[in-house]
Amino acid sequence: MSPVGTMNLELDHETRAFRAEVRSWLATNVPTTPLPPVDTPEGDRAHRAWERRLAAAGLSVVSWPSTYGGRDVSPLQWLIFEEEYHRARAPVRINQNGLFLLAPTLFTHGTAEQRARLLPRMARADDVWAQAWSEPEAGSDLAGIRSRAVRTDGGWLLSGQKTWSTRAAQADHAFGLFRTGADRHRGLTYLMFDLRAAGVTVRPIQQVGGAAGFAEIFLDQVFVPDADVLGEVDQGWSVAMSTAGHERGLSLRSPGRFTAAAERLVRLWCRAGAHADPALSDRVVAGWIAARAYQLHSYGTATRETADPMPEPPPSPGRADRPAQAGSTALRDSGHAASMTKVFWSELDVALHEVALDLLGPYAETGGPRPDSAGRAGDAGGADAWLDGYLFSLAGPIYAGTNEIQRTVIAERVLGLPRDRR
Amino acid sequence: MKLTPSAEQEQFAAAIHAMLTEADIPAVARKWTAGDPAAGQALWRRLAELGVTGLAVPARWGGLAAHPADLVVACEELGHHALPGPAAESIAALPMLLTTLGDDALCETWLPRLATGEVIGTLAVPPHVPYATDADVVSLVLRADEQTLRLGVPGPRRRSVDGTRRLVEVADGALLATGPAVGPAVAHALDAGALACAAQLLGAGHALLETTLRYAGQRTQFGHPIGQFQAVKHQLADVAIGLEFARPLLYAAAVALADHPPTAARDVSAAKVACTDAAQRAARTALQVHGAIGYARESGLDSWLTRIWALARTWGTQSWHRDRIRTALATGALT
Repeated sequence: MSPVGTMNLELDHETRAFRAEVRSWLATNVPTTPLPPVDTPEGDRAHRAWERRLAAAGLSVVSWPSTYGGRDVSPLQWLIFEEEYHRARAPVRINQNGLFLLAPTLFTHGTAEQRARLLPRMARADDVWAQAWSEPEAGSDLAGIRSRAVRTDGGWLLSGQKTWSTRAAQADHAFGLFRTGADRHRGLTYLMFDLRAAGVTVRPIQQVGGAAGFAEIFLDQVFVPDADVLGEVDQGWSVAMSTAGHERGLSLRSPGRFTAAAERLVRLWCRAGAHADPALSDRVVAGWIAARAYQLHSYGTATRETADPMPEPPPSPGRADRPAQAGSTALRDSGHAASMTKVFWSELDVALHEVALDLLGPYAETGGPRPDSAGRAGDAGGADAWLDGYLFSLAGPIYAGTNEIQRTVIAERVLGLPRDRR
Repeated sequence: MKLTPSAEQEQFAAAIHAMLTEADIPAVARKWTAGDPAAGQALWRRLAELGVTGLAVPARWGGLAAHPADLVVACEELGHHALPGPAAESIAALPMLLTTLGDDALCETWLPRLATGEVIGTLAVPPHVPYATDADVVSLVLRADEQTLRLGVPGPRRRSVDGTRRLVEVADGALLATGPAVGPAVAHALDAGALACAAQLLGAGHALLETTLRYAGQRTQFGHPIGQFQAVKHQLADVAIGLEFARPLLYAAAVALADHPPTAARDVSAAKVACTDAAQRAARTALQVHGAIGYARESGLDSWLTRIWALARTWGTQSWHRDRIRTALATGALT
């Protein structure tokens, strides 16, 4: 027999051209001075304006169908876009909750009307979205949700409290799960609501480090029309879980983010003259290996020929007006395998930033540049960027399902171990 | 771009797996350890029938001239079954060494017989591979350094923690090659050996994960299978994550070895470091989850544990491989 096969890392002509186009556009358009922090009023304006420029260039949602403002690029090309975006140090995506969490769910479970109404505005950041999953008594135990949606004429009335709601202080709309029935999992409905509606109170929560990246949302009889129910009533849990892979896996924190960070880390290490320190050098090498492992893993997922060996999450009930083949927003690793990805990138992120802070030494805590060459901003990242990045990275093992929850999911759903006694 | 096995490669792996599953490897290994290599040699010929031994041999010399990715796919299966014998040496390093050296007389003498499985070969490459594994039970023994390639003369045995690894000191025998062509050929052989070794480590790690999952589902304490306890689950999840993210590095190293020589050393080293770390984590966790029975030989875990402990430090230590990556990164080889 002749078992001759090959593998390769060559990009096809079209993908290389796409990379060149993205790189060139970013080189001319990424602001040379960083935008003000996204959670400030001026930063909010600047980041929305940035999204409009991206959208005008056709680059805000490259993997979406062109009908909704996208470019229909392949999963591999989406990964390449992400590599270029992060390498160029382009601004944080103010609408990432919409783009990476809600949109995949709309593509899978939304109606044609919902997609047409919501996606183009999302692509231009005309609407900025916040997520509203957690509640004071429903964190890791997300099915413990108590906020209720009560039937009323033409829609629903929402009451209750959401918390740790990313971007809620500045966003226009939010999405989340609400209790519509008694059954723990089959009594939840996925709803989208207007954060400016009557009965909504948003209270920003100051984060460690001082930023106001998330908020509490208090809801008192907030009206939501039937048109803003996503999926079937009482099926919200399976609607949310069927796309949970997007939140945990590749879409939310793409490999490009970490390869770019690892490259900056290597440059910082070179400039700091830290080659002679074997302990620091080993950690730099370990960070680079892990970032590359995530990148290569995603290339495999994006170009896999054979069936995915990982189990898919159970399908949720379809809707009559759902198209046979809904466009995918982005690369999707299957639901439970995404838990492996999430643990991997979140721990990698912390590790990369910890090494960077150690390389910056006594200047790391100042959040300002280091007086010698090692702290020069630019392609090695200044201390401020690494410090902010470190604080942000520390949230990674907590949000989108804590890493403890993810490990349990991996053990039960990927490895097949018996379920916990819960 | 393609960085996952094709359907053909998966079938190839499945064929090796099926053959080795039927072969009663523990019995073959016991005989091999006791100095009776006949069963192991027979098994080697069956691997040859599947094409495994000829993967790295050029077609001109009776081999398959396969892509290194095929070598990786095959060696992962050999590691998965803890096959005894000098696989990294005979299947990967030796064919690469002789091919790169390009001495037709040497190639003609050895490569066709390595491909058919008639000859099993081994080599020492001090300081990375100080002893020639199984030199007393195979028919081709070489000894290489940066300047010279010689036949190796088997001397005293050295103990290995892995009883199937018959470590043998080799003295210099007849000179086969010297001069500037030897260094690059030996470097290439080291990369090929390290890649094959990394693939076996990944396979062994997976075997331990599978075995341990089975055990954790069966073993009951406090009235429940121990696999129901989070302290056990989370350790096994970490093992799975380590193995999952090591494999793409292995494939990329195979690609670099075939297509991109400038980063081959860096990429092979990244694969060896990651597969070693993942396999060692699998070994520690397998032992811990099995508890005392894992420490007992009767559990059979030791064939993988001891293989991992040995392979983790041969064909380049972790620090040697990290140092090669460090050097590449410091000179700007980031992507």
